[in-house]
Amino acid sequence: MVKPSLDIGAIVDGFLIEERIHVGGMASLWRVSRADLPCPALMKIPKLGEGEDPAAIVSFEMEQMILQRLSGVHVPMFIAAGEFAVQPYIVMECIEGKTLLGRLPELPLPYAEVLEIGVKVATALEDLHRQNVVHLDVKPSNIMFRPTGEAVMLDYGLSHHVQLPDLMQEEFRLPYGTAPYMAPEQLLGNRSDPRSDIFALGVLLYFYSTGVRPFGKAESLRGMRRRLWRDPVPPRKLRPDYPPALQEIVLRCLSVEPSWRHPTAAQLAFDLGHQGQVKLTARSERLASDPWTAVIRRRFNTDLTPSRAKPALGAQLASAPILAVSISLDEESGPLNDALLNMAGRILATLPSARLACLNVLKQSRIAIDTTLDDAGHNKHVDRMVALKHWAQPLGLDEQRLTVHVLQEIDPASAILEFARVNSVDQILIGARQSSLKRKLLGSVSARVAAEAECTVTIVRVARLADATISGPLDQETTADADAVVSDGTVNLFTRGAPSIP
Amino acid sequence: MPSGQFDKGESRKKNYMLPFRCKRWGECVLIALFADIHANRPAFEACLAAARAQGAASIVLLGDYVGYGGDPEWSVATVMDLVAQGAAAVRGNHDNAVGNPREQLNLEAQIAMEWTRNKLGTAERQFLAALPLTLSAGDYLYVHSEASNPSAWTYVRDVDDAIRSMKATSAHVTFCGHIHRPALYSISVTGKITAFTPSTNGPVPLLQGRRWLAVLGSVGQPRDGNPAAAYALFDTQTNILTYCRVPYDIDQAAGQIRKNGLPASLAERLYVGR
Repeated sequence: MVKPSLDIGAIVDGFLIEERIHVGGMASLWRVSRADLPCPALMKIPKLGEGEDPAAIVSFEMEQMILQRLSGVHVPMFIAAGEFAVQPYIVMECIEGKTLLGRLPELPLPYAEVLEIGVKVATALEDLHRQNVVHLDVKPSNIMFRPTGEAVMLDYGLSHHVQLPDLMQEEFRLPYGTAPYMAPEQLLGNRSDPRSDIFALGVLLYFYSTGVRPFGKAESLRGMRRRLWRDPVPPRKLRPDYPPALQEIVLRCLSVEPSWRHPTAAQLAFDLGHQGQVKLTARSERLASDPWTAVIRRRFNTDLTPSRAKPALGAQLASAPILAVSISLDEESGPLNDALLNMAGRILATLPSARLACLNVLKQSRIAIDTTLDDAGHNKHVDRMVALKHWAQPLGLDEQRLTVHVLQEIDPASAILEFARVNSVDQILIGARQSSLKRKLLGSVSARVAAEAECTVTIVRVARLADATISGPLDQETTADADAVVSDGTVNLFTRGAPSIP
Repeated sequence: MPSGQFDKGESRKKNYMLPFRCKRWGECVLIALFADIHANRPAFEACLAAARAQGAASIVLLGDYVGYGGDPEWSVATVMDLVAQGAAAVRGNHDNAVGNPREQLNLEAQIAMEWTRNKLGTAERQFLAALPLTLSAGDYLYVHSEASNPSAWTYVRDVDDAIRSMKATSAHVTFCGHIHRPALYSISVTGKITAFTPSTNGPVPLLQGRRWLAVLGSVGQPRDGNPAAAYALFDTQTNILTYCRVPYDIDQAAGQIRKNGLPASLAERLYVGR
């Protein structure tokens, strides 16, 4: 069938073709318009025909399926799709500006800027992963930024959607992706691990902060496979002033084994956003790659090569949430903090990849100018961080999983809510005091957090003393029950609550 | 030809019986598809109610209305009713076995079938025997087992079986059941095939550029480890297929099997979906 040739001024299904923006290996991009569209639009037309790469068709089909299922600020909005029989196309929102690729001549970028890019892209990836998509082609030319700052991920032609047939997987036995950014497991044919995107972002961060690609530009499968056993040169060797925390994060992203990387993009964003709290391991200071003996050992270690069990995307995300626990450090909060510790311990016990952020709000006065020093001259901020660490100590969390934050704010509820929103927190643990005069007068922080948070909120209370709860009429019943319980040896539970047991 | 239009010429040529009014096909948008009901009344009722609530305008029944379960009379009566109202229905191997004692079935199915035969009256038997093996409507083909040899009742177990079926038809989408495990296969223009285990309630657009074989899960005896009743919804305008699951009262279905003295394993397997 002869396809109508496209040209400027032509009208395809109501879309006026205005300008050709880009011609790539698999598709061409055109700026189009239609009166009813809310935003500038882009039409993507695949290259079809004799001699063209069949991957062009399949990746176009994938993008057509996946883009329709995605929404939100980190994705170009899907507008329309054309059928293959007539003229295949996808019309989507046109994001103004340049892709991250445009920054290439400026490399290496200042560290602060790399961190900012990292946080934005990791946040966007987290959003995609939550929508059941692994991007699998994270690279500078697929990243743009909205005027409001959010990163937008482009090009879903190589992506994998958990709920859709993976046409790429079945069609091609060779891995598809962009050579310098492809994760080791992707090279081995696993297309469903969200941590592959974390690896690619690690490559990007390394490249943008040093100006050097960690695994070079090898295009051959053999050259690409080197990353399975050859670790990259530590960035500090290339730039002696490289921040150890950034090296720690970047090298963790570039781990060969997916389970050694950050478990979720949200946790990566968290680390990038709180550099000061990143646990620095030996790799943060390294100046040289592994010695050749270690490389040889890895090269011939067959354990690494077979494809590993593929975790379900949803399960992987659910197993690594970010918890935030709000702790008061005043004198009377002791029992409540114990209850919070107990609850946090229970939750963390079931989720080995979860991380915990301990928050304390240092209330600012509305009128007076606050000083950071207390009466005795100690720094309040530091004191509170120490106290938070002390609170969390019985949980026995590895430092990679624990951070402490003192938030300075006039209104504690707003501080907690803002922290949760910015850091993609999955669950907030917060204590509620028994009714007190202060609470009656000022309103409850926990109630407001519960009402306004975008995530799960668990309100923790100190178990009420049973004296107050078990009133006269109940006494007889508890006594009757207690006999059985006493024989089980659980009398301790009742001695406090039911003093009437004979 | 617009999708959803009935292809009279082709089906006449193959001498298929048309138990529904063709005109309805041009109108309908959302089709509910049910396979392997197997005389499980609470499961079928739950699926029908769920599909209606989701706005299904038309019904396709992919065979095996009886066998295994304890409510064959109700099941066939309901199917006859639906067909009278315009639903499309094809014949499954258990429906075939009602009037054909030589049909090969496993031992438990054989016991259930002998009981079922005595439950069904002449009208029901004649209805089942008269159902077509395949129905073709526009771009779509409906068949119980697979398209290459519908009367051989071959299971679509893997990619090879799926290729055989898809090569035997020019339909854009073939819908079948029989194996009681949902699956979705597609073949591209270049002859490459993809296999996919659909997730529940995840809409999948069946792209025009390739041909598809949609294998449905079972309403009345799921075997994919999920005991909930399975059906599917297909939107003929957008070509979007959604595999759905509904919980139903398994106790009631199992009780009906036990009450009628059918093999206990047929009741037990409903609880585990195996």
